[in-house]
Amino acid sequence: MKNSVNNSRREFLSKAAVAGTITIAPGVLLHQTANASTSTKADDEPVSSENRWGMLIDTAKCATGCTDCVDACNEEHGLIGNNRPASDTQYIRKVTLKDKSTGHESSLPLMCQHCETAPCADVCPTGASFVREDGIALVDKHICIGCRYCMMACPYKARSFVHEDVKNQTLSSPRGKGTVEACTMCVTRVDKGGIPACVEACTAENHNAMVFGDLNDPNSAISVELKNRGGKQIRPDLALNTGVRYQGL
Amino acid sequence: MSKIEYTAVEGKSLAYFALLGGLAFVMLLALLAVWYMEHNGHYVTGMNNQIVWGMPHVFAIFLIVAASGALNVASIASVFRKKIYEPMARLSALLAIALLAGGLVVLLLDLGRPDRLIVAMTYYNFKSIFAWNIILYTGFFGFVGAYLWTMMDHNVYKFKPYAGFSAFIWRLILTTGTGSIFGFLVARSAYDAALMAPMFIIMSFSFGLAIFILVLMASYKWTGMELGDAVVNRLRNLLGIFVASVLYFTAVYHLTNLYATQHHDVERFLLLDGGIFTNVFWIGEVLIGGLIPLALIYAPGVKNCRTTLGVICAMIIIGGLAKVYTILIAGQAFPLEMFPGYEVSSSFYDGVINSYTPSLPEILLGIGGIAMSLFIVAFALKVLRFLPVSLADSVADPHAK
Amino acid sequence: MTRFLRLTYVLIGLTLLSTSAIAETPFPTIHEPADESLKCIQPEDEMRRNHMNYILHQRDITMHEGIRTETDSLAKCIDCHVEPNEKGEIAGIESDEHFCNACHQYASVQIDCFQCHADRPQKYISRSKHTSSIRQMLQHTLAAQDPSSEGVDQ
Repeated sequence: MKNSVNNSRREFLSKAAVAGTITIAPGVLLHQTANASTSTKADDEPVSSENRWGMLIDTAKCATGCTDCVDACNEEHGLIGNNRPASDTQYIRKVTLKDKSTGHESSLPLMCQHCETAPCADVCPTGASFVREDGIALVDKHICIGCRYCMMACPYKARSFVHEDVKNQTLSSPRGKGTVEACTMCVTRVDKGGIPACVEACTAENHNAMVFGDLNDPNSAISVELKNRGGKQIRPDLALNTGVRYQGL
Repeated sequence: MSKIEYTAVEGKSLAYFALLGGLAFVMLLALLAVWYMEHNGHYVTGMNNQIVWGMPHVFAIFLIVAASGALNVASIASVFRKKIYEPMARLSALLAIALLAGGLVVLLLDLGRPDRLIVAMTYYNFKSIFAWNIILYTGFFGFVGAYLWTMMDHNVYKFKPYAGFSAFIWRLILTTGTGSIFGFLVARSAYDAALMAPMFIIMSFSFGLAIFILVLMASYKWTGMELGDAVVNRLRNLLGIFVASVLYFTAVYHLTNLYATQHHDVERFLLLDGGIFTNVFWIGEVLIGGLIPLALIYAPGVKNCRTTLGVICAMIIIGGLAKVYTILIAGQAFPLEMFPGYEVSSSFYDGVINSYTPSLPEILLGIGGIAMSLFIVAFALKVLRFLPVSLADSVADPHAK
Repeated sequence: MTRFLRLTYVLIGLTLLSTSAIAETPFPTIHEPADESLKCIQPEDEMRRNHMNYILHQRDITMHEGIRTETDSLAKCIDCHVEPNEKGEIAGIESDEHFCNACHQYASVQIDCFQCHADRPQKYISRSKHTSSIRQMLQHTLAAQDPSSEGVDQ
């Protein structure tokens, strides 16, 4: 039988190939298209509500001891620790969760959630804390008086107060004593078509736990992923419509 | 009723200058503390990213709340037309202005960028209750200042009822605004309660009157003028009602929280497990600030004793500071409940009770605010005629005639 | 007041007035950028009088609208105007050799830009890699916070 071929081996190989592709594809998809939905606006163009920048974090892919996102953020924004953890600035931190009923441990990075109706923007007396048209919550440090009311109001404890003099600031983060600051979703990078430093680091190290993109674009990787596997807000009861969503919560 | 004659304090004695000098010295210490905090940055204080508002805010909020309550005596005279309070209306309005000034100075000097005060007065976010408070506080100076003017200038005396009524309404709105600073915070388990605003109003009645009684008794004792029992006992009974009301509101606040399972953690922390916060609540707020003063006010044996009344007022003030401390600090010490059903830990103090150790500069700043209020009162009493020459029973008591 | 006393006071006053003439504050020297082909965004006279208006307007549109052209960039101003001297040293904002501070100290107009913005071009800022120490600090703090000790059950 010249033409008899061992189909079982072929079938096995093809099934293995399909199974392998299905397993790798989501990771590849996240990796390849993580850069696909970024800002395309010109430098002199104002931002608009056509875009809504957001992040999606898969807690299942987030390892408990890993701090790549935090390290990248600290380096990008020049956040040097002064050995005073109670008052040193943290834009992003890793939170370890242990489910009390099952004992299951997970971890996730927590940063400013960039809420649509941000309590910090509501309470700021001067309007320094505001949410930009494209959904990024920022502090205008030119008019921040350092009253710290936004820090009281934030449900995620995302904000830090600068407790000492700062020198040699980075371009990404002009920051100074007496004002309040938080994660800016790397707005200086985003406006130039880039992605936040934390997402970049997580992707570069192949953890692929974080995705950045345009929530208003139904074809962006983040929107597709949200549609397929969903994503939750932290404190959904507050109805803040956060820009940062989590899977596996 | 005979026309009330007002007088200014002579203010030439050594004791008077010692008083002013002592208060000025405390204010100087506070300024040094402010320079130290502002120059080095807030890392030298006990406040940090977890306990964001500390001792300066405890004192500032206490003074601001008491300021609105100090106006009570004048309001009862002008708005509710109770004659026995009328002679004291000028002092009441003066005290209100002085306490508010002291409280605001403490608040402003603790800002991260106090040099940006002009920014705070020119950039307004009208959705912020804080921004509204800035307008309410400056308006309070205006309204109470106008009210004082109608009381002291015979040419505008006929406008007194209108000025008094406006000031009364304004201070209710102001205290509602102050309470809403906390009531509007959805994020924290201990706040986000509609009860905060009315509770602050009732607190203002109690704290303001306690301070007023102390200032009144001190003014008359140290100048040797007559202060009759009729006035003092009237004020004392009023104080009793206010203290009881504050206890009532406190009870309602906690009982309501205890009814909701989701609030059990924060209530257990406040009432049982909170260590220093629980102690300050039960001993400071409830016992010293509420139950003991109540018992002493209505105890039969001590009715006419001025010293006891002074002690009662001091206890109410301590209890008031304790109450503001509990609301402010304990509310921040309890962690944010972001992940129900999980144990949480992080490098940013998530999931843990935050601790707070006040630093000396913070306390000095707070005490400096009190000193400034008292300095303003002591100085103003010499400059203008705020005090009735006599508050003896034969003069002040409308039933004595 | 006697004539003699009056004369003494007048003499003291004149002495004080004249000292201000003797001890005159020197007009600041502005360091021109080394590369003379570079032009500022506006002519010198315009910038000297109105640079604050440009800065104040541009910071708002950058902050609130995300407009980040080169003319709007404070960092670009600093790149040109803050240069090392012949010895290779850079004057910081505290010194009156710094481009901005030279005039601002003379005119006694306080600026607070450099409380938040770097006072020199990024290429002259050396940052040691702190990331490893921050990771150590984080892990140390995470280990120190044992959830079973005083954490609150949520």
